[in-house]
Amino acid sequence: MSKAAELAALIGSQTALSNRNLIINGAMQVAQRATSATFSTSSEGYLVTDRFAFSMNGTSTVYTASQDSTAPDGFSNSLKLDCTTADASLSAGDFTQLHYRIEGQDLQQLQKGTSGAKKVTISFYVRSPKTGTHILEIQDRDNTRSISKAYTVSTADTFEYKEVTFDGDTSGALNDDNGESFRLTWWLQAGSTYTSGTLATSWEATTSANRAVGQVNIGDDAANNFYITGIQMEVGEQATPFEHRSFGDEMTRCERYFQRFVANDAYTAWSVAFSTSATSAKAHLKYNCKMRAEPTISQSNTGFNHGPQVAFSSFNTLYTGLDLTWIDMNIGNVSAANVLGHWNANANTAAYVQMDAEL
Amino acid sequence: MLIENAKYGADPEGNNTCVICDIDGEHCAVPMRVGNRHYDEIMRQVAAGDLTIADAD
Repeated sequence: MSKAAELAALIGSQTALSNRNLIINGAMQVAQRATSATFSTSSEGYLVTDRFAFSMNGTSTVYTASQDSTAPDGFSNSLKLDCTTADASLSAGDFTQLHYRIEGQDLQQLQKGTSGAKKVTISFYVRSPKTGTHILEIQDRDNTRSISKAYTVSTADTFEYKEVTFDGDTSGALNDDNGESFRLTWWLQAGSTYTSGTLATSWEATTSANRAVGQVNIGDDAANNFYITGIQMEVGEQATPFEHRSFGDEMTRCERYFQRFVANDAYTAWSVAFSTSATSAKAHLKYNCKMRAEPTISQSNTGFNHGPQVAFSSFNTLYTGLDLTWIDMNIGNVSAANVLGHWNANANTAAYVQMDAEL
Repeated sequence: MLIENAKYGADPEGNNTCVICDIDGEHCAVPMRVGNRHYDEIMRQVAAGDLTIADAD
């Protein structure tokens, strides 16, 4: 399509000219947690690129998930799944999925549950080890409804651009809040529990058998590698060119859901702290931005520095809000209360404090 | 989500302020707020009888 035709299509679709993409980090630029992680039934969830989660049940397949530099023209990164342990014989309830979860308050423009419900189009670049049918599903988590669409990979191990349009749903309004309303699922493996029916190509009450009919098995060979990037979801039935954002813009958007304060050097300090006894201290930590919900707090290799450095042994949060947390930490002996210091990296460049408010 | 070693954390007045636990091997302080996915999962496991939260120290 020529640039003029693209612009005409964009205007004709009545789609916004900017902020079209409802997906954060669709180009897989941001990976605060790690750039590589093992993914199996015992280690699923948010592992590598921000906002994208893995879910797995039953199967013995093991993947290494990573932020990878293999990408189509115009992109620097992709999310790679490297199958390291294959499972070519799935049991009925087995599955592997890649998720993207969206707040209901960010989906109100779809007018779901009304006569004016709008279509959405999801476009992306995928490089699959398998040709044939792959399934992309939208689940309405507020009303337990689903719609699934098949896309076909024509050539194995080659990036292909896909556009998938989903009808609007006149049933089931989405909650106008900060909870999860839509879950996008790229199916990667699916047992017969999810494939034995008729694919739900129109919105319906979620029926397991209709969710992933025809899905190929991405994890049936330890030589398999699956890549995805350039994910865009926009209102309407017209896919437009990927809306590239700056790294800083994407990072800021990701921080509504997850923030990790890392050590720039061995003694990086994150906040002022003071001892409340010889072996305890308090500190308050302000986040980079307001978060979606009160986050879970965790840390690794931090300490209390008051000149001398003492290690952090355990902690408790006294208050956790959307903007900051108050922490009560047990520390090595500082001899007395009211010693002023910092909550910092405990002589360790791998130290971090993290706040997790993901969906 | 593997949740282990759960116990309440409390403020100096003895009010419970969070759930301290290990989630997938990481030591965490989980705020007692519906909508935090970890707290929601903790409550689901408690309701199912799969998890017990110990009293604060």
